[in-house]
Amino acid sequence: MNLFLQQVINGLTLGSIYGLVALGLTLVYGILHIPNFAHGALYMVGAFMSYFFMVDLGVHYWLAMAGSAAVIALLGIVCERLVFHPLRHSPPIHDKIAAIGILLFLEALVQMFWGADFRRMSSPFTGIMNFDGLIIPEQRLLIIVAAFVLVFALQMFLRKTMTGATIIAMAQSREGAFLVGIDANRVAMMTFAISGALAAVAATLYAPINLVYPAMGHLVIMKAFVIIILGGMGSIPGAIVGGMIIGFAEAFGGFYISTAYKDIIAFGLLVLILSIRPQGLFAKGAH
Amino acid sequence: MLFKLGAMLMTPGAKLALLVFAIVFPFLASNEYQVYVMASAFVWAIAVYGLNIITGFCGQLNLAHGGFFAIGAYTLGLLTADAGWSFWPAFVAALVVTAVLGFFVGIVSLRLKEHYFAIFTLCVGFIIYLLIDKWEELTHGPIGVRDIAEPYGFGLVDFTETTPFYYLVLAFLVFAIWFMGRLSRSLLGRTFIAIRNGDELAQSLGINLMRNKVLAFVLSTTYAGLAGALYAGMVRFIGPEEANIVHTFDMITYLLVGGIGTITGPLLGTVGIVWITQSLQFLEEYRMIIFGPLLVLLVIFFPRGITGSFLTWMHRKAQSVAPEKKRTESKVTTTRTREAENNA
Repeated sequence: MNLFLQQVINGLTLGSIYGLVALGLTLVYGILHIPNFAHGALYMVGAFMSYFFMVDLGVHYWLAMAGSAAVIALLGIVCERLVFHPLRHSPPIHDKIAAIGILLFLEALVQMFWGADFRRMSSPFTGIMNFDGLIIPEQRLLIIVAAFVLVFALQMFLRKTMTGATIIAMAQSREGAFLVGIDANRVAMMTFAISGALAAVAATLYAPINLVYPAMGHLVIMKAFVIIILGGMGSIPGAIVGGMIIGFAEAFGGFYISTAYKDIIAFGLLVLILSIRPQGLFAKGAH
Repeated sequence: MLFKLGAMLMTPGAKLALLVFAIVFPFLASNEYQVYVMASAFVWAIAVYGLNIITGFCGQLNLAHGGFFAIGAYTLGLLTADAGWSFWPAFVAALVVTAVLGFFVGIVSLRLKEHYFAIFTLCVGFIIYLLIDKWEELTHGPIGVRDIAEPYGFGLVDFTETTPFYYLVLAFLVFAIWFMGRLSRSLLGRTFIAIRNGDELAQSLGINLMRNKVLAFVLSTTYAGLAGALYAGMVRFIGPEEANIVHTFDMITYLLVGGIGTITGPLLGTVGIVWITQSLQFLEEYRMIIFGPLLVLLVIFFPRGITGSFLTWMHRKAQSVAPEKKRTESKVTTTRTREAENNA
């Protein structure tokens, strides 16, 4: 039973991280209809920024996380302004190639500064909680709590504030949003900023129980794509539910089936689902 | 005048000159290494031509292309090193395997459109990489495959030396380009372009989308398999890194720099960039610092690459030279440019 609960905790942890990354991806897709292949690079740079703040500047974990979120939000805005904005009228294939260009650039840049080595990031939450044999590391608990708080805060922002409502409006209908006088540039920049900040926070949360290295974004971004396809591209609840599905599938699949192949589970699931339902599991209508 | 000059560059004469240059290159090269680099550039160019069929002509961004390259290389490698086949039967098998796998991946993935297709193939590429890396009983995992058979020659020619192998690759490249040229002028090639320009319109013209897209996909994976098999025969040691997504991104860069959807573009882009990265050795590891922004700048400012931009420029020249002349003539020029583009 404890072993089972242990996997539930693992699934929740993974699902929280994947959900946060997928949220950023799905927000950008919902607004701009760009599959942002560079999102994984933002995640990776976020981890390195936190690492830089903590190790080189000696800043506290929370401050490092906030600083990294700010830097990546800015980076997201720069990408939007310099790359995606000029391409808004191009054929869709160009956005994708440009996003790949950003991804390659950021990865090579980080590798030039920090090298390709694996680094360990410390965290003040190193304790372990023991509930009657069920062992929960504090960092994992922090990840789960932080993810829930963030998702809740994002929902509040989107539903209850005017600025949030403009993002929703844009996602629902571009033309409609223009008609009521919503500034598309502002919304686009804001969406990229939120998406980048979410990626940076997710990376900083996950890095202490994983490692920091230039290729760390690859798997995460691909899984995030699987998630938003599962949940319907552009859907916020879909990203969270999809994140949990993949997180649990990996935790249980890795434990009960095979550790070596646990990374394939997500992609196998995607291939299976898209073979049966080419429009995704929860997709409604055209997006 | 200028237009004619430009058209001449794309004429059989210019192509013949390129071919002659390629044939005499081993005699001009100062050492064997340069011949080797050129041969490897040609191998990549073959793969890029494959990518050009599905992405350039048919408009579907296939991010699993590097994976099929690796499948071609591994099929040849495993059949010769482990199963004891000799080179040429394994070579043919590599083509068959990539074509068959391409067919099955194609019928599943091509039901998806645009973004979904790109993301799906990205995942397929990654599955291929993971399988090669983890399935140790079959692929030897991270250790890679050693002792791949040499491409033995027929009669007098021996392909195990660098220079004869160079000619072997060149022959395949010439065939690949010739086939591509035939394809682009055929009804099939025009069907692919129609699908790229608008699949709903193409469908309303009575084009069977699925059948044509799958055909384009199988052709492209076969090209990738051909390149992969040649690569395995050339380096004779392969590892899971051949399936790394970076190779797919490299190929997209070559294709974009040269000119997506053109005939000479993939060759110019691949050979040009391979030589630039070779001459700037320090770039090898950090080449993406330049390639990344280059990709972005290209899609923003020169989405049609070297060949495409050149053709557009020629087209503009031709139109500005004769604006006062009758419209009919400019129409003739337009069609001529189109034809030149198709032949480019």
